[in-house]
Amino acid sequence: MAESVAGPEIERLIQLLARLPGLGPRSARRAALHLIRKREQLLAPLAEAMQVARERVVTCHICGNVDTRDPCTVCQDVRRDPTLLVVVESVSDLWALERAGVLRAPYHVLGGTLSPLDGIGPDDLNFPGLLARVGEGAIREVILAVNATVDGQTTAHYITDLLSAYPVKVTRLAHGVPVGGELDYLDEGTLAAAIRQRTTF
Amino acid sequence: MEWRDEGLVIGVKRHGETSAIIETLTKAHGRHLGLVRGGRSTRFQSLLQPGNSLGLVWRARLDEHLGSYAIEPLHLRAGRLIASGLALAGVSYLGALLRLLPERDPHESLHEALEIIADHLDLADVAPTLLARFELQVLAECGFQLDLERCAASGSRDDLIYVSPKSGRAVSASAGAPWRDKLLALPAFLRSDDSLAAPTVSELADAFRLTGFFLERNLFGPRGLPMPDARRAFLAAATK
Repeated sequence: MAESVAGPEIERLIQLLARLPGLGPRSARRAALHLIRKREQLLAPLAEAMQVARERVVTCHICGNVDTRDPCTVCQDVRRDPTLLVVVESVSDLWALERAGVLRAPYHVLGGTLSPLDGIGPDDLNFPGLLARVGEGAIREVILAVNATVDGQTTAHYITDLLSAYPVKVTRLAHGVPVGGELDYLDEGTLAAAIRQRTTF
Repeated sequence: MEWRDEGLVIGVKRHGETSAIIETLTKAHGRHLGLVRGGRSTRFQSLLQPGNSLGLVWRARLDEHLGSYAIEPLHLRAGRLIASGLALAGVSYLGALLRLLPERDPHESLHEALEIIADHLDLADVAPTLLARFELQVLAECGFQLDLERCAASGSRDDLIYVSPKSGRAVSASAGAPWRDKLLALPAFLRSDDSLAAPTVSELADAFRLTGFFLERNLFGPRGLPMPDARRAFLAAATK
């Protein structure tokens, strides 16, 4: 094992950075060195921002989003259409849809998908919160924006069954050719879905 | 160590940030797991879905290692299957059922049957029949074959309408009449000589009650596992 070239504090910083997604031990070492070099411009504000985030970030009790206030910014936004509800698997999916900026609607974060292999069942996901929101009566359409995977679609079908007792329209995202996608490189399943869901030109 | 085979994906787990561990039922190597490097990339994600058949090259330094798979698509069904609630429940259940098999124990006939079922899993008129027969086949491959060919009491091959929960053997209508409340109903389509008969909803319910009894008693129960929720979801979708 290589001898450490820095004190335990720096080694600890490197070890923690190496646990971040996208960073391995080598890149964590480079990032730590960069932070140390830019101590005033980068390290100090980063440490402060992380401290603030640690103290203030909470999970929204309505939708499950993370924010520094509860209810979150999205739930407090009165310009969003209250008759729509977009169901997503995770906060990262919510952020992705917000980046796209095509829909001004409130969200509901499930916190994952049903996955028997990973031991994730209905009790582990935020279904009661979803039913409570739909049960209030204002929502007319629930958009299931879950991944086009077997686990994602199994969850979508489960939600559809749960919502069958409520007077709401349940829709899901279309599956098909991605922008920039070449037909030659697409799998048969995606092509079949694209043909099935073709639209009038 | 290296081998080439074909297999049907029955489960996928994330491994680290970029890779995935896939579980496949292969033709010659049984239920086999392996690492797919880069398995979480957009290139691989559509391939690594339960229900898809893949060409596999498995490599490892030692036989007992997890090893890694190099994959190529053979038959990609997942895109079609995810459009059907019945098929999704079926895929999940097949995974749970096949996980009862010991790893790396070849079951070529099960692989062959699985390919056929996966092709028809979104067809409500045939999928339940195929799955009920597949459950019987899994029981047989695990050493719990039911004898549905002749009556356990009289030896007769005719009028077999019950199965003894004790012995797993068929019982004819006349021999089973005194104990009919204790016997399990044997629907005609589960017997090999009636393979073309289209089952009714009540026959399907009888078939799954029969296979469910023996699966729970012989396979799930002894392992301390509950019957999978996906089985209930499949039956609910099939009889809707």
